[in-house]
Amino acid sequence: MDAQLKSIRFTLNGAPASATVATHHTVVEMLQEQFGLFGARESCAQGLCGCCTVQVDGTAMTGCLTLAALLDGADVVTIEGLDADGTLDPVQEAFIETGAFQCGFCTSGMILMIRQLLDADPDPDDGAIRDYLSGNLCRCAAYPEILKAVKLAAKKRAAA
Amino acid sequence: MSATAKTRQVGRSLPRLEAREKVTGRAEYIHNLRLPGMLHAKIFRSDIPHGRIKTIDVSAAAAVEGVFAVYTGEDIKRVIPDPYFGPAFHDQPILALDKVRYAGEAVAVVLASDPHVAQAAADLIEADYEELPAVFDEVEAMDSKAIVHEELKPAGTFPDLKHLKGLRDTNVALDFHLRRGDTDKAFAEADHVFEHEFKTQRVLHLPMEPLISLAECTSDRTVTIHTASQSPSFVRIEIARLLGWADNQVRVRTAYLGGGYGAKLYIKLEALAVALTLLARRPVRVAIGMDEVFLTINKHPTTFKIRSAVTKEGKVTARACDVWWNGGAYADIGPRVTQKSGFTAAGPYDIDNVTIDSYAAYTNLPPAGALRGFGIPQLVWAYESHTDLIARELGIDPVEFRRKNILREGRPQATGTAMKDAAFDAVLERIAERLDWEKPFDRGAGTKLRGRGVGIGFKACIAPTTSVAVVNMGADGSCTLYCGTVDMGQGSDTAMAQMVAEVLDLEAEAVRVVRPDTDITPYDMGTLGSRSLYHMGHAVRLAAEDVKARLAALADELGLPPGSNIPIPEMFVKRYGMRAGNIIGTGTFVPSYTSPDADGLTPDATPFWMVGGAGVEIEVDTETGHIKIERLVNVCDVGTPINPAIVETQISGGAVMQLGFTMFEEMTFDEGQLTNGTLADYRIPGFHDLPATMTNETVDAVQQSGPFGAKGVGESATFGVSPAIANAIHDAVGVRLTSLPLTPEAVYTALQKSNLENGDS
Ligand code: FES
Ligand code: FES
Repeated sequence: MDAQLKSIRFTLNGAPASATVATHHTVVEMLQEQFGLFGARESCAQGLCGCCTVQVDGTAMTGCLTLAALLDGADVVTIEGLDADGTLDPVQEAFIETGAFQCGFCTSGMILMIRQLLDADPDPDDGAIRDYLSGNLCRCAAYPEILKAVKLAAKKRAAA
Repeated sequence: MSATAKTRQVGRSLPRLEAREKVTGRAEYIHNLRLPGMLHAKIFRSDIPHGRIKTIDVSAAAAVEGVFAVYTGEDIKRVIPDPYFGPAFHDQPILALDKVRYAGEAVAVVLASDPHVAQAAADLIEADYEELPAVFDEVEAMDSKAIVHEELKPAGTFPDLKHLKGLRDTNVALDFHLRRGDTDKAFAEADHVFEHEFKTQRVLHLPMEPLISLAECTSDRTVTIHTASQSPSFVRIEIARLLGWADNQVRVRTAYLGGGYGAKLYIKLEALAVALTLLARRPVRVAIGMDEVFLTINKHPTTFKIRSAVTKEGKVTARACDVWWNGGAYADIGPRVTQKSGFTAAGPYDIDNVTIDSYAAYTNLPPAGALRGFGIPQLVWAYESHTDLIARELGIDPVEFRRKNILREGRPQATGTAMKDAAFDAVLERIAERLDWEKPFDRGAGTKLRGRGVGIGFKACIAPTTSVAVVNMGADGSCTLYCGTVDMGQGSDTAMAQMVAEVLDLEAEAVRVVRPDTDITPYDMGTLGSRSLYHMGHAVRLAAEDVKARLAALADELGLPPGSNIPIPEMFVKRYGMRAGNIIGTGTFVPSYTSPDADGLTPDATPFWMVGGAGVEIEVDTETGHIKIERLVNVCDVGTPINPAIVETQISGGAVMQLGFTMFEEMTFDEGQLTNGTLADYRIPGFHDLPATMTNETVDAVQQSGPFGAKGVGESATFGVSPAIANAIHDAVGVRLTSLPLTPEAVYTALQKSNLENGDS
C-alpha cells in the first residue's frame, strides 16, 4: 500500500510530542501505536459511540475518524492527561464515587465529554446532560449513574 | 496488620477495586496488547447465505506488497486436521470448509504486519459458490428441504444430545420435551382455553469492546492465547482438543473485558488465532470491527405458541408451550438455551398440568448464543403477555390474577422441583406498591393515553457446573485471590474480594484479585448465566476458610493459645525464621443436580432460582404510535447482596439493555443478508432512551444455599421489561402487540387496524 508519510509536532497531555504518521492513520491508531496510550479506544469506528474521544484544542473529537496528520500544531489531551499531577479530575472522582461505569470501555470518552459540558455549563440539568451526552453510548447502560456523576462533578467543581 | 477489618466486608457498597484504572483510561484490555513480530489478520467473508464453495481465488490478495500469507479452510487443516468446534455440537469450522452456511461466515484470512494492508488485500479475494436453497425461519426450518448441516455432530459433553449423533437431513439441533400431569384432560375440562403466539426478533450483544484474540507459540509445545473471553477454561480445553494436545500446553489469559453479555463465550476468534499462529509461526492478532461483531454471534429469535386452560375463577389448570428457537448456522450454546429455558417456559405459576416442547433449529443466518438471560427474556415475553391477556379476557385485575396463580415457596414448578428461595410474591407486591397499583390511575386524554403493566419471570441456573479458587496468603498476611471469573464490568473482582475479606477479617480493598490466566488461575466453567457469584463465590469462600483453618493449625503448631491475637506476620516469622512462606487455601464447588428424566422432570433442576420483574407506566401518542416510558420499576430477588451499589447497577443496566431489545433493536435481513449491520443503522439505548424515572430494587431475601445468602443478579432485571411494556400498551390503547420490537410503526399499525375493525375511521 502506498502510504504517504507526514511528520507532525503537537502538544500531548501538556508535553511536546512529534510523530511520523501515514496519512490514513487515525488519531486513535497513532496514540496507541506510537505513544502507548490506550484510553481512547476504537469501538464503532464510525463516529457514533464516543469511545475514542480525545480533546483537540479544547474540543472533544472522535479519534476514530480524525486523521492523525491533522494534529500538526494542535494541543491534544487524552484521558491519561487528566491526572498528570497525580490527582484525579473532579469528573473522575465523581465517576468513582457514583459507580458511573461497569466495563469501563466507554468511560474515557464519557469523562472527556462531561468535562467539556461542565466547562460550557457548570450546572446542567438532566435534560441538558442527556442532550449533551447523547452521542456517547454505554452498552452496560451506566447512564443513571453517569447522570449522578455529572451532578456530583458539577458540585465538586463549584466547591473547588 | 493495618488492613485488618473491624467491620463486615460483605454487604459493603465499596467502589469497584479497579475503579481508578478505569477512570484514568489505564485499565488493561486485550485491545492494548501488542506482541513483538505480530501479524494482523483480516477476514474475507461469505456474501451468500448458503452454498457449496467451488473456488476461492486468493492470488490477487497474496500478490499485494506486504502480505505475509493468505489462508483458507483447507490450509487450517494442515495444523488442525478436524477443525470443527462448538460447546454443544462440533459443527463450526474455523474457516468455511466445503460449504458456507450464512452470509458473513469467515472464508479466508490475510495476514500482514500492517492491518491496513491485510484489509486491502482481503478485499481482493474472490470466491465462487454453487448456491443452495436457504432457510431463515425457525418454524420452516423444522421440515425444510434446505438442510444447513447434512449430518449432526453433537460434542459428546451433554448426555441429552447423544441421540442426535449422526442424524442426517434435519435442522433440529435439540428437542426438549416436558410432560407433567395430564394436560389433555385439563384442557378438555377447562372453563376457558386461551391460545396465543408470540415472536421475538434477532438482536445482539454489541459490547463496546469488539471481539479480539491474539495467539502466539510460546515454544514448540505450547501456545498462549490472549483473549477477551468470558470462559478461559473452556477455551483452553477446546483448543487442546482441537490440537490433540494436553490442557497444560495451552495457556489462555484475559484482561478486563469491555462488556460481554454472552458474546464472548466458548470459542469465538480463539481457534482461528491459534491456527494462524501455528501456520505463520508468528504471533497473530485477530481483532474484528464492530461490523463483523454483527456477523459473529447474536440472540435467538423465537416463535412461542402458548395455550392455557383456566377455570372461571381464574385459576390456570394447564399450560402447553411450543417454542422454536432460531439458532442460525451454528449451534453454539443454543441447545443448552433450548433445554434450560425449557424448564421454565410455563412461567412462575402453580400449574399442575404442563407440556413443553422446545426445538432448536439451524437456519442460514449468523449463529445465536446466550445473551443476558439464556433464552429467558424470550419466554417471559410470551408467558407474561399471555397471562395478561387471560386476565383481561376474564375481567380480572392483572396483578390479582398473578397473585391467584403465582408459585409459592415449597410448591413444585413444571419440572417437579419444589420452589425454594424464589421470592415471586415479594417481587410482584413490591412492583405493585411502587406503581401504586391499587390507587386510581390517570389514563390521559385525547391523543395521549396512559397505561401501565407488569411482568415477572424466573430462571434456573445452568447446572451442574464447577468453580475452583485459590487464596494465597503471603508472609505479611496479605492475600491474593486466584479465580477464573472474568470481570467484564459486573464487578465480580470486587464481590469476590469482599468474600475473601469477610472470612479472613481483612479490608476488601487489600485483597488482590489475579486476572484469569489458565496457567495460574484454576478451573472455572465460565462467567455466564449469572452463575459466578454463587458458584465461584462458594469456591472463594471455601478457599478463604481453608486459609483460616491452616492459620489456626499453624497457631496450634507454634503452641499459641487458642484465640491468641498475635499478628499474622509474626506467626510466619516464628514458623520460618524470617519473612517467608505462604498459606495456600483451595476451594472447589459443584452444586447438586439431577438431570431431567424422559418426561423432562427432575427434583433438583437448579442450584438457585433467579427472580425478576418490572412494572411500567407509559404514555402512547395515538397519532404517531410513539411510546414514552414515564416510569420503570425493576425489582429482583438476588438473595442478600454482597455489594448493594453494584447490584443496583446490574439491575438498571440489565433493564435498560432489555429496553433496547423491547423498543427498537432488531437485526434486519433480506434473503439472509444483514441490512443494518452498523451502529449507524442498528440503534442501541442512549441517554435519551432512559425512562423519565427508573427505580431499581431488591427485595429482602436470603438464598439459603448461597455464599453469605447471595445469588446471581446479572440477568434477572431483563426478564419482565418487554411484556410489562406490551401489557401497558394494551392497557393504554387496547391493542396487543405480539412481536418485538414495539416500534412506533408497530403500535401505529395496530391502532389503525383496531380502528378499522371497530369502524372508527
Ligand atoms: S469508535 Fe469513534 S465514535 Fe465509536
Ligand atoms: S461501562 Fe461498559 S460500555 Fe459503558
